[in-house]
Amino acid sequence: MSWRERILRIWRIFNSPSRHFSLMFLTLGGFIAGIVFWGGFNTALEVTNTETFCTGCHEMQDNVFAELKSTIHYSNRSGVRATCPDCHVPHQWTDKIARKMQASKEVWGKVFGTIDTREKFLAKRRELAEHEWARLKANDSLECRNCHDYGSMDITRQSPRAGAIHERHLLSGDKTCIDCHKGIAHQLPDMAGVPQG
Amino acid sequence: MKPMQILAFIIVLIVGVGLGRGCGNTPTHKPEAAPAAKGTVAVPTTTQASKSIDAMRRGADLKSEPESLPLARVENTDIRRERAYPMQPPTIPHAIDGYQVDQHANRCMLCHGQANSAQFQAPPVSVTHYMDRDSQVLAEISPRRYFCVQCHVVQTDAQPLIANDFTGADAILAAAPETAKE
Repeated sequence: MSWRERILRIWRIFNSPSRHFSLMFLTLGGFIAGIVFWGGFNTALEVTNTETFCTGCHEMQDNVFAELKSTIHYSNRSGVRATCPDCHVPHQWTDKIARKMQASKEVWGKVFGTIDTREKFLAKRRELAEHEWARLKANDSLECRNCHDYGSMDITRQSPRAGAIHERHLLSGDKTCIDCHKGIAHQLPDMAGVPQG
Repeated sequence: MKPMQILAFIIVLIVGVGLGRGCGNTPTHKPEAAPAAKGTVAVPTTTQASKSIDAMRRGADLKSEPESLPLARVENTDIRRERAYPMQPPTIPHAIDGYQVDQHANRCMLCHGQANSAQFQAPPVSVTHYMDRDSQVLAEISPRRYFCVQCHVVQTDAQPLIANDFTGADAILAAAPETAKE
């Protein structure tokens, strides 16, 4: 039997009506199978959206996660903290799937050891950081604003300097969070030539 | 080889137990010393103070653990402070937690650089900070002035460990008698 005949046979089976199973069985079966597959897909997706998963590889554990630990987004007075996906993965489903598809490039990088030493990571850090700055600039710092909502921000509780600057640049909308707050959760790459503020 | 290892293990075990017992016996020599040191460690006795060479222990003797002072908070008022003398580097009137100042980036210059100071209404660093040692003005901050906290520091609400009776030159001149001024 050639490949062409095999494929044709499978096509005929799936193209003809069911001979043995009732319509109810097929409908209900499809429904249940749908729940199982969709639930399984989403569960697997959420597993890849945890800090444990992100820091499972030494590239993240030894570089960016180690740097995060000394910042206010890891340890602070109220104990609320941001995990990797809070800032790096969009929360809305379609955007999340789009980001996850982009992340397949990161799997490629992991397999071929693009940043598997500290030196390689530091050499590539500017490029990686620029991707994140561009992403946050494009979506108006959406992942920052998921928690730091300007409407809920009490300017009077900030230091006079911070309050004045937020009022001047954030309220007017001419700047977004990432314009000034680069390198708040990880160390900065060589910033030569990067316009700041 | 095997019996030798077992023998060595037994010897180590016996010696270890013996040493452990020896250590356990030592504190019984002076049971009255421990309670006396507790509670009042911050108050130095006269003999301890005269012998003390470490102000950080605040007179507590070596066998006791002095109670730690509460952690000081950085003053974050954004109000510029007076300089104690004319050439004093001004102190930083705000918190600088997590500011990255290294070979890659200088967080202070984000606001205090000449180019950005108008945008953030921060006092720009003076032009001397752009000069090299031959007084040539550079486009960027001079490498010898790059690390801000070498001279400029935050202030905390901590109580000074040692009193300071520093008086500024202006105050001394104002207090000087008329004859000395001539």
